[in-house]
Amino acid sequence: MSPSVRLQEMIRVIRGARTQGEERGVIQRECAAIRAQFRQADNGTRSHNLAKLLYVHMLGYPAHFGQMECVRLIASPRYNEKRVGYLGAMMLLDEKQDASLLITNSIKNDLSHSSQYVQSLALCTLGCMGSAEMCRDLAPEIDRLLRASNSYIKKKAALCAVHIVRKVPELGELFTPASRSLLSEKNHGVLHGAVVLITELCERNPETLEQFRKAVPELVQIMKGLVMSGYSPEHNVAGISDPFLQVRILRLLRILGRNNETASDAVNDLLAQVATNTDSSKTAGSAVLYETVLTVMDIKSESGLRVLAVNILGRFLLNNDRNIRYISMTSLQKIVQTDHNAVQRHRGTIVDCLKDQDASVKRRALELSLALVSAVNIRSLMKELLLFLSSCPPELRAHTTSGIFNAAERYAPSQRWHIDTILHVLTTAGGDVRDETVPNLIQLITTATELHCYTVHKLYRALIADISVQSLVQVACWCIGEYGDLLLRGECEETEPVQVAEDDVLDALETVLQSHMSSPATRGFALTATMKLSTRITHNVDRIRSIVSIYGSCIDVELQQRAVEYNALFKKYDHMRAAVLERMPVIDKSSPGHTNGESAGGSIKEMEPTKRTQEVVLPQEPANQVCDLLDLLGGSGEPPQPSPALSTTMLGPVSSTAGGDLLDLLGGLDVTPVPPSVIVYEKNGVTLKLQTDRQTDTGMTITLTATNSTDREITSLTLQAAVPKSVQLQMKAPSGDVIPAHGLGQVTQTVLLNNPNKVSLKMRVRVCYTSQDFVCQDTVQIDSFPSPAW
Amino acid sequence: MRFLLLFSRQGKLRLQKWFTPIPEREKKKITRDMTTMVLARKPRSCNFLHWKDLKIVYKRYASLYFCCGLDAEENELLALEMLHRYVELLDKYFGNVCELDIIFNFEKAYFILDEFLLGGEVQETSKLVVARSVEASDMLQEKQRLMEIILLFPLFFSCYHGGIHEQACILTLGEMDLHTPEGIWTITDLEVLLLYRTMEL
Repeated sequence: MSPSVRLQEMIRVIRGARTQGEERGVIQRECAAIRAQFRQADNGTRSHNLAKLLYVHMLGYPAHFGQMECVRLIASPRYNEKRVGYLGAMMLLDEKQDASLLITNSIKNDLSHSSQYVQSLALCTLGCMGSAEMCRDLAPEIDRLLRASNSYIKKKAALCAVHIVRKVPELGELFTPASRSLLSEKNHGVLHGAVVLITELCERNPETLEQFRKAVPELVQIMKGLVMSGYSPEHNVAGISDPFLQVRILRLLRILGRNNETASDAVNDLLAQVATNTDSSKTAGSAVLYETVLTVMDIKSESGLRVLAVNILGRFLLNNDRNIRYISMTSLQKIVQTDHNAVQRHRGTIVDCLKDQDASVKRRALELSLALVSAVNIRSLMKELLLFLSSCPPELRAHTTSGIFNAAERYAPSQRWHIDTILHVLTTAGGDVRDETVPNLIQLITTATELHCYTVHKLYRALIADISVQSLVQVACWCIGEYGDLLLRGECEETEPVQVAEDDVLDALETVLQSHMSSPATRGFALTATMKLSTRITHNVDRIRSIVSIYGSCIDVELQQRAVEYNALFKKYDHMRAAVLERMPVIDKSSPGHTNGESAGGSIKEMEPTKRTQEVVLPQEPANQVCDLLDLLGGSGEPPQPSPALSTTMLGPVSSTAGGDLLDLLGGLDVTPVPPSVIVYEKNGVTLKLQTDRQTDTGMTITLTATNSTDREITSLTLQAAVPKSVQLQMKAPSGDVIPAHGLGQVTQTVLLNNPNKVSLKMRVRVCYTSQDFVCQDTVQIDSFPSPAW
Repeated sequence: MRFLLLFSRQGKLRLQKWFTPIPEREKKKITRDMTTMVLARKPRSCNFLHWKDLKIVYKRYASLYFCCGLDAEENELLALEMLHRYVELLDKYFGNVCELDIIFNFEKAYFILDEFLLGGEVQETSKLVVARSVEASDMLQEKQRLMEIILLFPLFFSCYHGGIHEQACILTLGEMDLHTPEGIWTITDLEVLLLYRTMEL
C-alpha cells in the first residue's frame, strides 16, 4: 500500500534529472505546485505535499514556506497528518522561528490525547526542538506524564524532561521527585530515561547531587542485576545485557562518586565485578569496560582497582581493533599525569602505535608519547620520535617538532645531544618548526662553549648539503659568522673536521645570499655572517668588502640598510670594526626582556630583522625614553656611535618599557631605590605626588601618583596639565579614575615632557575629582622638579 | 548526541537529525565538513575523529555513511553500538534495507529514528519494543486512512458488511486496485482484514 505514490514519483523524477540545472527546474515546478496546494482548502493531500517539501528541503533547497503548513497539519485531527506535521516541525522549525510558538498549544493538547502515539509525537517534537518558553509552559504536563502513564510514555517524558532541564535549568527541581521514583521501574526504557534524567539533574545542581547520592545502593543493585543476570533475549547485545543502560548507570555512578568517599566505597565492589565479568570481545563489552575504567579513574577508588583499570587499558592497547586502541590511548592520556608510572609500563606498545597506518591512532600515540617523556627514557624515546618525524603526516609535523623541542629542553642529558637533536629535527622537518626555534637554538649553541667547534663543523656540512630549509640555514649562517675561525682552523675533537679554505666558506654564504630560495631574513643572516667573517679571516677581506658594497643597492630595504651600515663600518669606522664584530658573549636566557612577545633570541639584535628595524627606528622615536638607551648601549655597530667599550656589554632587549631592562644591563645592581617624590597637592584627603623617572637635557618623564586617605573612595579623578609654549607635553592614560579609601590604593599617570629648547620647565596641574558627592577642582603650579632616581 | 547524518559515497545527504538548535547556514557547513572529512578516510581506519570540540563517530554500511557528533563525555564505543542498532532497526523494518529504501521512504526512516532516539539519547534499548511501536504507529495510520476510505466509498464496501466469513473475504478479494483522488491504492490482505474488523466495530 503506497498512498504516497506522488511523493515517490517526484523523488524518481528528481533523481532522474541529469544535470543540476534540470534538477533545479523540476524542484521549482514542484515547489510551485506545493505552494498552490497549500493555499487551497483541505483536500486530503496536505501531508503528501509536506512530505514532498521535506524531501526537497533535505536536498538543500529553501523550504520556509512550509512552516505554516506544519503548524496547520499538527493541529489536524488526522494521525497521518499530525505525523508528517510534527516531522516537518522538527525539520523546518527551530526555536528561532516565530512559527514554533504557534505549535505550543497543539503540543499541549496532544500531550493529553487519548492515543499514546499522538502523545509520543508531541513529546518527541518537544524534546527535539522545544524552545525555552515552550519548555516553561509545558513542564508541568511533562511532570504529570512522568508519574501517571504507561511505560511507553514515561520513557519519552523522561527524555523530554532532560531536554527541558538543558534549556531551562531552574526547572530541574520540578522533576527531581518524579525521577527518584522512576528508579524503581522494571522497564529498561523507562529506567534508561530515568538514569539520563538524574545524570542531567545532578550535573547541573550540587544539591540534587547530594540527594541522589542516597540512591547509589539502588543503582548498584540494578547494575549487578544486569551484569550477573542470565541471557535476556530482548536486551542482549553480543553477550552483554543492555549495554546502553549499563554504560549510563556507570556514568551516573561516576558523577555521584566523584570527590565522595562513601559513595566511592559503595561502588568499588561493583566496578571490580563489572571489570572482571564483562566479555570484551565485541564492541558492546568494550564500551562497558571503557566506561568502567573511566569511572574507576574518576572516583576515589582503591589502588588495587586503579591498577586493574590501567591493566584493562593496557590490554586494549594490544587489541587488534583500531578503535579500541584509540580509545585506550585517549583514556591513558587522561590519567598519564596522575598515574604516570602505571602508564609508563605500556610505553613500548604506545610507541609501536606511532607506526600505525591510521592517522587518528598516530595522533593519539604522539600525544601520549610526548606526555611519557622523562629523564630516564629520553634517549630511546627521542630516537622513536625522530623516526616518527621522518614519516609522519604533514598535519602532525608542527605538533611533533614543538613536542620534541619541549621534551629536549626539559630532559636533555647533555648539550651535545640537545644540539644534535635540534639539528636532526631541522634537517628533517625544518619547515614546520616554530619561529622561536632559531633564536632558541642560537642561544643554546652559545652556552655550549666547548661545542662551538663541533657545532660549526656540523652546521657547515648541513649548509653545503642543502640550503632550502630556512631555519637551518639561518642558524648555520649565524654559526659560521660567529665561529668561522674555528671552522677554518680545520681541527675538531668531536667530529671529523672539514678542510675548507676561506673562499669555500664565503662561497657558501654567497650562495645563500643569491639563492632565490632564501627568505629576506635568511639573507640578512648571511650578510651579517659575511661581515663578521671580515675580522675572523685574513686573506679575503676585500672580497667581503665587495660583497657588502654590492648589497648597498639591493632592492630589499633591510638588506640595503645593513649593507650601507657595514660599508660605513669599513670606511669611516674601520678602527672600531674589530671591537664591534667581536665574539658574542653568552646570552642569558632568563633576563626579563626575553619574556615579551619574542622569546630568548629576540634579544640578539643582529638576529631578528624585526628587532633591528625597531632599533633603527629608535633615533626617530620621541626624545625621552629610548634616546638614553641608545646612548648607553652604543648600538651594535649599526648606528655608528662612539662607544666601543659598551659594544661588548650584553645587548639587552630594546623595548618601550626601557627603564627596567636598562637597569638589568647595569649588571644586576640593586637598582630599585625609591625615587624621591614631591607632594604637589594635598587637600580633602587627596594627595598628589610627583616623581621624576628620567631626565635628560631635552626632556623628562614624570609620574603623578594620587592617594586618598579619606573614608570614602574618590571617583572621577582627572588630571590636566599645562606647560610653557615651547615644551611638548604627552600624558599617558591614567591607571584608573577611582582612588580607594584609606590609602589602600593609588592612581598613577605618566607624563612625558619634551623640552628641545631647554627652557626652564614649569607645569600647572589641574586636579578634578568627586569626593563624598562634592565635585572639587584645584590647580597647582609646579616650578621645580625633583631629581630623578639616577 | 549533537547530530546524526546519513550520506552516500558521493556526499549526498540522505537523512539529517539535529538535536541542538543550529542556524540553517551552520547546519550546511557542518554537513559539508563532515562529508569531506569522513569521505577522505581510508578504508580500514579508526572510526573516530576529532572536529572542533566534538568527537565524530562514523561507520560505513554498504553505500551509506552513518555519522554522528558527540560531546566530550559521551562514550564513542557506545555510539558505534547506537549506529549499529539503528541500522538493525531499519533492516528489520524494510527487510534487507538498502540505500534506495531510505531515499524513497525517508519519512519512515525518520519515524524509526524517532522511536529509537529522543533529544539525542537512547529512549528504548530493546529492538523488539522499538519495532513494535513503529508497527503500531503505522497500523494506526493505515487504520485512520481506511476509515476515511470507508467513509468516502460506503457503497463500494457495503457488500462486505453483514458478517461474511473472514476467510471468504480474503480469498475473494486477494488484491485489488482502488482508484482514489490520492492515486491508485493496492489493497492487500492485511488491510482487508483490518477493514473487516473496523466494520465490525
